[in-house]
Amino acid sequence: MGNVPTTVKHCLSYDQLLRDYPWLKRWLLEEKTITDHEYPKYVKIVEVGPRDGLQNEKLIDMLSRTGLPVIEATSFVSSKWVPQMADHTDVLRGLHRAPRVQYPVLTPNMQGFQDAVAAGATEVAVFGSASETFSKKNINCSIDESMLRFEEVINAAKEQHIPVRGYVSCALGCPHEGHVEPSEVAKVATRLYEMGCYEISLGDTIGAGTPGSMVKMLQSVMKEVPVSALAVHCHDTYGQALPNILTALQMGVSVVDAAVAGLGGCPYAPGSSGNVSTEDVLYMLHGMGVETGVNLAQVIEAGDFICSALCRRTNSKVAQAQGRSL
Amino acid sequence: MAAVLRLVNRSILSSAMGQQYLTFSSAAKTKPTGVRPRHALPAKVKIVEVGPRDGLQNEKTVVATETKINLIDMLSESGLPVIEATSFVSPKWVPQMADQVEVMRGICRRPGVSYPVLTPNLKGFQAAVEAGASEVAIFGAASELFSKKNINCSVDESLQRFDEVMKAAREAGVPVRGYVSCVLGCPYEGKVSPAKVAHVAKCLYSMGCYEISLGDTIGVGTPGSMAEMLEAVCKEVPVSALAVHCHDTYGQALANILVALQMGISVVDSSVAGLGGCPYAQGASGNVATEDVVYMLHGLGIQTGVDLSKLMDAGAFICRSLNRKTSSKVAQATCKL
Repeated sequence: MGNVPTTVKHCLSYDQLLRDYPWLKRWLLEEKTITDHEYPKYVKIVEVGPRDGLQNEKLIDMLSRTGLPVIEATSFVSSKWVPQMADHTDVLRGLHRAPRVQYPVLTPNMQGFQDAVAAGATEVAVFGSASETFSKKNINCSIDESMLRFEEVINAAKEQHIPVRGYVSCALGCPHEGHVEPSEVAKVATRLYEMGCYEISLGDTIGAGTPGSMVKMLQSVMKEVPVSALAVHCHDTYGQALPNILTALQMGVSVVDAAVAGLGGCPYAPGSSGNVSTEDVLYMLHGMGVETGVNLAQVIEAGDFICSALCRRTNSKVAQAQGRSL
Repeated sequence: MAAVLRLVNRSILSSAMGQQYLTFSSAAKTKPTGVRPRHALPAKVKIVEVGPRDGLQNEKTVVATETKINLIDMLSESGLPVIEATSFVSPKWVPQMADQVEVMRGICRRPGVSYPVLTPNLKGFQAAVEAGASEVAIFGAASELFSKKNINCSVDESLQRFDEVMKAAREAGVPVRGYVSCVLGCPYEGKVSPAKVAHVAKCLYSMGCYEISLGDTIGVGTPGSMAEMLEAVCKEVPVSALAVHCHDTYGQALANILVALQMGISVVDSSVAGLGGCPYAQGASGNVATEDVVYMLHGLGIQTGVDLSKLMDAGAFICRSLNRKTSSKVAQATCKL
């Protein structure tokens, strides 16, 4: 371009500018990934496998070493209703607690809460439902009655400085009622939050949700509860868990529940096969550049272990792809 | 089953009434950095059913011609607009497709439904047209190593070989669809550059392919790599001419499809019952199941023209014939097989 000043030359040719200053492209964030603007930088994974029916001390120990920040250890429900949870006290007492890992336990009522605290629990969880019928069939009382029970637990927990996590089941559909109104989910979530739960996990108990219903439900809930206090607990019964989780992330949710090897699920939801597998969630998040602090390979190992122990095939596609099926 | 259909119907109804939710625009107000989808979700998505070809080709069991014809007819009944019927690759390489001519001649062509076939060369093209094909497909790879190992030549050489097919197709007025494999990863090369995918897609499009299907052959892609790849390809090929062909080997297919839809893609390949394993990962799954894709799309209020229950019937039929369990989670949840 002869004696045309450099600046003019650069103005006329953006390509030339980039050639002369290769760092500029990066500086202008042209090479940005989609994680820069649309997704949380960090997602907290709440591992629910051990509580959701897989009580096994060695499993919890293996999971404790993977970097998972929260591992739901067990459930202090009456063993009359959930027999596989009978040895909850032993499990909690026998836990090797890794530093910086939380081990919440389910406590549906005061009895359970007191037993949990006696066994050394430092975080608890209560379980509400957005569907009346499900509440009656699952815990034998109405939603309002259950909220009164939880209020007792939450107040007692506050006195002992024990944080409480709230769950809302049937957030995207009920095995008995079918469709569940987003406003009903919002009602229950708000109540739990206002009573003092630090985080509300919204559960697609029968896995019937899709990105469409996830958006509507979250929009309703987010009017009342800040998104930073929300988590999603998606079941993969219809294969929709990962797109549902992706949708939730796009809306600002940054806490995801999952279960190693995709094992476990609600024993009261007929046909409900399963939690989304932690391995598959991690694979997706890491592929998007989202940090979790979790070592995927070690989670796969833990999944291998529990599947062998239970003589069951993994539900994780990532594990299957790596040749880890029974 | 009835309960599921009620759930599906209800969510379709409520989704249709709440179209404004699809662009996530109100969610953006609650998040400081803002959620910025590039497009609103499409109102309609065209599903390209690849079960009878891509699916059956990658199944261990070979099925009878009669069974294939029945499958295709059932799929036609379900409302699918495009059904890949068979492949005119030499039976020496793909014995599962040896009955290509009988299949083409035996199927009941539903009006408005397209039945493309794979044609690797001019000979295959001529045989296809003679057997009654009115749409064909060619394929290229975004990975040099994959191309060499698969068809023993470089990517550019493989595209040149299709010149003859493109010329003959043009003269015969037969539309051609292009496939690009390994768009999000290669079993030999590992990472594949989005620029290379864009280059191959552009070549196929300039050669005259009306649509380019971008295939995540080993299913390693995630919403991150899908978005990156599509950004590169959309610079070279109009998004209306693009399709995604996702494999569910790592469980990422539906999430990847969702991201593709958010970027303007409105054509999705899938396989009934998730037929077709992955030839590169022993025991792993391959194609994403059409039933699961349709369930997601209908839940989003997107029209597909497909009757999910008839589709599930077709899936149940082929699984019985193959003596295998369905890979579709929707089918598993409803049939409890």
